[in-house]
Amino acid sequence: MSDHGMFGAHGTGDTSGYGGLVRTPAATGSSERPYGSYFDDVADDLERAYPGFSDAIERVVVDRGELTLHVKREKLVEVSKILRDSLKFEMCMGVSGIHYPEQTGRELHAVYPLLSITNNRRIRLEVSVPDSDAHIPSVVEVWAGNNWHERETFDMFGIIFDGHPGLTRILMPDDWQGHPQRKDYALGGISVEYKGATVPSPDERRSYR
Amino acid sequence: MTTFTDPYSSSRETTEGTVFSVTGGDWNELVTEIGATKEERIVVNMGPQHPSTHGVLRLVLELEGETVTEVRCGIGYLHTGIEKNIEYRSWTQGVTFVTRMDYLSPLFNETAYCLATEKLLGITNDVPERASAIRVLMMELNRISSHMVALGTGALELGAITPMFFAFRERERVLDIFEMISGLRMNMAYIRPGGVQQDLPAGATQKIRETVKEMRKAFKDNSTLLIGNSIWMKRTEGIGYLDLAGCTTLGITGPVLRSTGLPWDLRKTQPYCGYENYDFDVVTTDTCDVYGRFLIRMNELEQSLRIIEQACDKIDKLAGAPVMVEDKKIAWPAQLAMGGDGLGNSLNHIREIMGTSMESLIHHFKLVTEGFRVPAGQVYAAVESPRGELGAHIVSDGGTRPYRMHFREPSFNNLQSTAAMCEGSMVADIIGAVASIDPVMGGVDR
Repeated sequence: MSDHGMFGAHGTGDTSGYGGLVRTPAATGSSERPYGSYFDDVADDLERAYPGFSDAIERVVVDRGELTLHVKREKLVEVSKILRDSLKFEMCMGVSGIHYPEQTGRELHAVYPLLSITNNRRIRLEVSVPDSDAHIPSVVEVWAGNNWHERETFDMFGIIFDGHPGLTRILMPDDWQGHPQRKDYALGGISVEYKGATVPSPDERRSYR
Repeated sequence: MTTFTDPYSSSRETTEGTVFSVTGGDWNELVTEIGATKEERIVVNMGPQHPSTHGVLRLVLELEGETVTEVRCGIGYLHTGIEKNIEYRSWTQGVTFVTRMDYLSPLFNETAYCLATEKLLGITNDVPERASAIRVLMMELNRISSHMVALGTGALELGAITPMFFAFRERERVLDIFEMISGLRMNMAYIRPGGVQQDLPAGATQKIRETVKEMRKAFKDNSTLLIGNSIWMKRTEGIGYLDLAGCTTLGITGPVLRSTGLPWDLRKTQPYCGYENYDFDVVTTDTCDVYGRFLIRMNELEQSLRIIEQACDKIDKLAGAPVMVEDKKIAWPAQLAMGGDGLGNSLNHIREIMGTSMESLIHHFKLVTEGFRVPAGQVYAAVESPRGELGAHIVSDGGTRPYRMHFREPSFNNLQSTAAMCEGSMVADIIGAVASIDPVMGGVDR
């Protein structure tokens, strides 16, 4: 996706200085203890129930009152089983893909929001894989309800969920080429003429990033 | 096998066996021809164009006689790429997209999206109380209109026409209120990051209170017609069975989960928009079937009316309070005033930006064309929609547009339970089971 729309705006595109807002980069490091809220309990419980914690969990991030565990893909199913059985995260609310083309070696992320009804808690698992080897083990055997969600993420991002019972496209036609929600997949669209002027398609319009 | 060409029921050979395309004509001729194959197993495509599949849902049924041995859902016929499109719009414009996802519960989509955006902005606690009360009011009205469609079309699909007339009559009242408040009956993009688009018009709460009274009376039409009705019971009791273990493993939420007896309702368990300050009950049944889900929806109507009344009181008490965050870098600058023709711009605001203050004009222009920036990060915000947990997972890279937005749609997730509910049942019971899930294809396919 190009950052430069029809006026070729670079940077923020803000020439007035009026915006005055500063972009804050996303948190990249691990959060420090104490995490606050019930997050320390979750981390402690998981460490107790799962001896391989330090090996499997790459980072623990607490941001905006939400806990994210970055999990190595090889350990995803193991960790998921522990979270479901020992920590009572009975429900997985699906999987959402994110494509970060500039994060070399970990371009594709899969995010799993988990819900514990027993303890009324939420956490999030995040797995990142390189675009060249976009394989993540499927968690359908742990949470059967992730079946369609994984199919959707495969459809939209091309992430292959190994061990999925039937990984086929779900929203796009079966013979569709490409994975539409990747950043290198153009939005497309046509410009529209209105009263002599042309309104460009959305991805060609001026962008302020 | 005999081969004859019938324009209405032609057959062709495939690797899977003989495939018949039925488009009308003489049923007996078709039965004779199918009888000649000596095979009991029949695969039937139900939908995507079928009046009882709740829109463009395609069900592939494998039948042994009248018994369903396998069900597969085909979806995607209504995929519109909203999640992709939103990456090319400002955060405020995003509301107009998400409202079109699940078109029967637009205000829930908007609220989930706005709650997530506000969480990213870190302004969750700055949203004025009056705005939150209006959100609650609108959502509960929307819950009524959505449940009305679920009940009405569900009954219609099972062969009862009258409940649909009653249900759509009540839905109409709700849509009239939406029109009075936002100018639009559906897809209103009324809830915006930071608050709501505009304040309620004068006399709105009075009108809503009157409507609530009328609806409370009118709901009895449907409940007396259906509750305990022997035909209705025969079509719904014990049908579409899914117990608690099935629900949790499939991630099912909403009325289907509550029909197993678990009082899981995000409005109570993880309150948002100030739901903790309202007095209402979570409705459950323990039958795990279509009838239980029907009862839950019927009884949730009354709970919604209770919340609406309390929200009206709150809104009246907070008369004159703002409905948008104070931060002028986020609050939508345009001021709207309802004209005789529906929506319109406030003339005072036009006078200010065009005649008095150049800074106001610049501010207005920048915020409308460029939008506000949202600090980088990701959040997940969930609301209890009429169909279950509606979650918005939004990622920002710090720019003026969402970097990635994904909706965890309850319809999409819950539709997975069709196979668990229907395999082993009769063909006719699929209709009731699917209707009790209440999938909205706009939400399923997005």
